[in-house]
Amino acid sequence: MAARNYDAVVIGGGHNGLVHGAYLAKAGLSTLILERRHVVGGAAITEELYPGFQFTTFSYALSLLRPEVIHELELTKHGFMPLDMPSTFAPTEDGDYLFLTGDKGADHHEIARHSAHDADAYTAYSHMMEEVVEAIRPLIDSIPPDITSKDPEERARMAAIGSYLADLPPKTLHNMVRLLTGSAADVLEDYFESDIMQGWLASSGIIGSKVGPRSQGSGLVLLYHSFGEHDGAYGSWAFHKGGNGGFTQVLARSAESFGAEIRLSADVDHVAVDNGRATGVVLADGTEIDAGIVVSALDPRLTFTKLVDPLELPADLVENVRRMKFQGTSAKVNFALDSNPTYPGLEGRSDHYRGFFNIGPSLDYLERAFDDAKYGWYSAKPYIDGAIQSNVDPDMAPPGKAVMSCFIQYAPYELKESDWDTERDPFGDVVQAQLEHFFPGFGDLVLHREVVTPLDIERTVGLTEGNIFAGEFLAPQMFFFRPAPGWNQYRTPIHGYYQCGSGTHPGGCVMGAPGRFAAQQVIKDRSAAS
Amino acid sequence: MIKTSPFHQRTSEANQTGLWSHWAGYLSASRYTASTKFEYYAVRNAAGVFDTSPLHKYRITGPDAELYLAGLLTRDIRKCRPGRAQYTTWLDDDGFVLEDGVVMRTAGDDFLLTTAHANKGFLDDHRLGKSVVIEDVSADHGALAVQGPLSGEIIKHLSPEATDLPYFGVTETKAGSIPVTISRTGFTGDLGYEIWVDSSHAVDLWDRLFNIGTPMGAIPIGEEALQMLRIEAGLLLIDVDFKSSRFAWNDDQRHTLREVGLGWMVRLDRDDRAFVGRKATEQDTPRWVTTGIVVDWQAWDSAYRSRGLIPEKDHAAALGGMMLYDSNVESIGHVTSFVYSPLLQRHIGIARIRPEHSTPGANVSLEVTIDHRYELIDASVTRLPFYDPERKTA
Repeated sequence: MAARNYDAVVIGGGHNGLVHGAYLAKAGLSTLILERRHVVGGAAITEELYPGFQFTTFSYALSLLRPEVIHELELTKHGFMPLDMPSTFAPTEDGDYLFLTGDKGADHHEIARHSAHDADAYTAYSHMMEEVVEAIRPLIDSIPPDITSKDPEERARMAAIGSYLADLPPKTLHNMVRLLTGSAADVLEDYFESDIMQGWLASSGIIGSKVGPRSQGSGLVLLYHSFGEHDGAYGSWAFHKGGNGGFTQVLARSAESFGAEIRLSADVDHVAVDNGRATGVVLADGTEIDAGIVVSALDPRLTFTKLVDPLELPADLVENVRRMKFQGTSAKVNFALDSNPTYPGLEGRSDHYRGFFNIGPSLDYLERAFDDAKYGWYSAKPYIDGAIQSNVDPDMAPPGKAVMSCFIQYAPYELKESDWDTERDPFGDVVQAQLEHFFPGFGDLVLHREVVTPLDIERTVGLTEGNIFAGEFLAPQMFFFRPAPGWNQYRTPIHGYYQCGSGTHPGGCVMGAPGRFAAQQVIKDRSAAS
Repeated sequence: MIKTSPFHQRTSEANQTGLWSHWAGYLSASRYTASTKFEYYAVRNAAGVFDTSPLHKYRITGPDAELYLAGLLTRDIRKCRPGRAQYTTWLDDDGFVLEDGVVMRTAGDDFLLTTAHANKGFLDDHRLGKSVVIEDVSADHGALAVQGPLSGEIIKHLSPEATDLPYFGVTETKAGSIPVTISRTGFTGDLGYEIWVDSSHAVDLWDRLFNIGTPMGAIPIGEEALQMLRIEAGLLLIDVDFKSSRFAWNDDQRHTLREVGLGWMVRLDRDDRAFVGRKATEQDTPRWVTTGIVVDWQAWDSAYRSRGLIPEKDHAAALGGMMLYDSNVESIGHVTSFVYSPLLQRHIGIARIRPEHSTPGANVSLEVTIDHRYELIDASVTRLPFYDPERKTA
């Protein structure tokens, strides 16, 4: 089959593949984005899995998307609509709750119901986190230097980072290091005394990661999630109109408006390499597509060991990628409900469902949930990051009905003496039982339940071991080292072959930064070569 | 004494913030919940309900009603058929704008004029012997604006007869057993309706409306959200974007129809009416152009970050007084309404700019105060409205 030549082919139509393809097309490259499935979006899709109910099957909210991506790709012209999620609702173990609305004064009183100390501490903690986020932002929003390089320019960039850090206020630098190296619990216990504040805030330190709140490394995860920003409010989350599938449709329209072509149901078998240089891709059906630039939006394991023959690569890189930690530990259980559930004491209200609800009432609760995962099993009492999204976007469910997304931890990819095909439904039952515990009568409302295990994430989306970040957020897998030392600048040892997925700097979440930075490198290399 | 709207029993239950403003002598909710943005998005994505009862309302009837209004209003009321409404203005003899408002023609000689300021004396004074009856019916009626993409669906269930109402159409109908007048009008730039009801039925209407609307995501919205919406829609607000000539102190504070961007209301070449201010309008050489400005988002952010501050993206509209300069730092105009638009992800403003600097795309500098220092931030001129969905008029 004769195929058109493209300047660039992007493998994978997830959000980073789309962002990347849009930037290349905007720069004038004839660009083809290949998506294996029948829909773009990767893990950021919305599906009608039950008539009238729109499910955010995997990824379910928006926070870390870089403003540069919004503006440079002109997303507001294509329907970008990040709806506000103003409330936080966190049930406690004794039947009470923490219900924050974003009004600082009112939130103070609400926290003070649990601890007057914590009400004050929350202001101090928020300010500290904002200081650290502002301090580390320039490092997140730029391509890290190559720590292995002897190039004077790279060395100078390393030195510049050293100077930058040395110029920070010492207290901010120290707080940054505490977060980057320590546990979420260590930081939070410094500030807060109440279980509910510790539990609610520590939840951001475990999301997507095989760490407990008391594990070293959970501080980094906590800090990463604090980079979220919407309309000037840090740490806030939004729900895109139509879910994250609605968002990736916006990205697709943007990419196409710049001239990128998107081909669905196009499963790439491998990258064609000739004499150390990428020459195109070969699809599973044998179709060959020629392109001088091939970019993988897949995770590092697939990028370096499936799409190309590892023998084409330096042994060090292959070894690093082989031992990179994925170990997905998160699941989703999504529900179509006959109505909003009822929380005892808040009957007849729905304003506490305008954001996330957080089933993680204490550090002990979260840590015990992690304990199960350490020994190869899912949590008996899981952590749940829930959202009844039809309260934010009514188009997600028929009038009066509700669609609920539940992100669950822990659900380790590898189960001891069982497998996920066997445990899918029992696991769903465990989650539902916990929802029944906090929202009595919940089970009677369930019209449909969709359990998405780490194995399902891997099978459907392709993410290795179902890791939602395309590689764990562990210090040795971040910044200079993401995905591997010497290969953190989006290039690969194969000339013309690049990487742009969440396995590269800065990392996962619907951020778009990897796709954007990778495009900068491709365009830079291309202009240097011409 | 401050009054409450006919819906107050319900609005006060719904207002969790306890924040009210005073609008035309009535309590008007500033916002119902902590998040102005949530109320804003209800209108852009579902439906928001605004209690617009405090507007002044005048019923104008009698055999000369059309003749009377034709001589007073800038838009030709003779072209407004029964069952239609017009957004209109009225001028003084010097062609300066007195006020804007919506006039609804419910029957051949039956009009309802809504205004922001009290106008009974002014309207009476211009009768000049015509056979017209002007009644202040402000307190007799409550009004709810139902705005947003799902508003049509709500109206369909509330008053099926109003389902096919065209843009700026008006109909007298019923909501269940409650007599209502419904117009396809609003102040949000979105698909929307306004429902006029006798005050005695106001609470019943509210309940009926929310019984239908709540499952669809309808929520009450307050003034702060309305400000965001109307600025995006490029809709002017009296006392903010212009001042009534009646209460201006000098001509710098007065503006002609063309200067406030409403020159389209008169078609002097094919309109033979003698309306108040016509002669001056014919001779008008506008000193200003009313247009939009969009702030460069990176310039905004870096102005804050360069001082070690987090960029402000406050959703509360800033009303009045921000100066605009050209590249030589010569004053060329000012911004009358300014807000951060979540949909556009930028700060936007309604501005009055000297004509020679008002070409769309032209660069201007906006003066803001950051940490007590003046900063000039890059912005560019753009046409109004900033947001104009097809559904508004479809």
